[in-house]
Amino acid sequence: MIRIQPQDFDPGAELAAFSSGKTSVGGICLFIGLVRDYMGHDPEAGSEVRAMTLEHYPGMTERQLEAIEAEAHRRWPLEDTLVIHRHGRLEPGERIVLVAASSAHRDAAFEACRFLIDWLKTKAPFWKIEHTQDGDAWVDAKDSDDAAAARWDK
Amino acid sequence: MKVLYFAWLKAKTGVGEETVTAPPGIDTVGRLIEHLKTLSPGHAAAFETLSVVRVAVNQDYGGLDTPVKAGDEVAFFPPVTGG
Repeated sequence: MIRIQPQDFDPGAELAAFSSGKTSVGGICLFIGLVRDYMGHDPEAGSEVRAMTLEHYPGMTERQLEAIEAEAHRRWPLEDTLVIHRHGRLEPGERIVLVAASSAHRDAAFEACRFLIDWLKTKAPFWKIEHTQDGDAWVDAKDSDDAAAARWDK
Repeated sequence: MKVLYFAWLKAKTGVGEETVTAPPGIDTVGRLIEHLKTLSPGHAAAFETLSVVRVAVNQDYGGLDTPVKAGDEVAFFPPVTGG
């Protein structure tokens, strides 16, 4: 399931609903991404981020995420997957994204969860602009994200 | 066709969405970009460095050689940074 929304989500409630009534599931892997309070990779060097705004491409976002989800199901024997992604203005510490995968066995759940977030970061049409004391700056795509996604190429 | 701009491409062109009636012969993304660059200085600036511009035609990723025709939805945006 895919959900794109401005409002926050409750990880506990999402997890409970995701696993409810599925006795063939042996394990769930769930990842949550949060807003960091500094720019870039180095907390000492990066300017303080006061907030960020996430823009997306309605329609294409859902289309791409559904394709990513379908690819995960093609690669692993999954019971279910869930992707929740927020948009709009977010402050440090807030949740941005949740991805989860459930399967009969943990290996598939772990690998599919990592795959979902890695592909999402390089294929889903979202863009972040960071608001700092020095002004607003669009976040540049990272080579490390491309490398993380490329691990799943085949 | 409907042309969309996101993130800093929207800031540079000054529009999020516009309807473009392309002249005859505009049949690929690359040729469409050459036409769009003539619309305003902001459009020209947005397409100055194509290595940092991504394109989707009818919501699927494409490239400079991807065909376009009347009625298509063509979107331009920077490399994505979600998650």
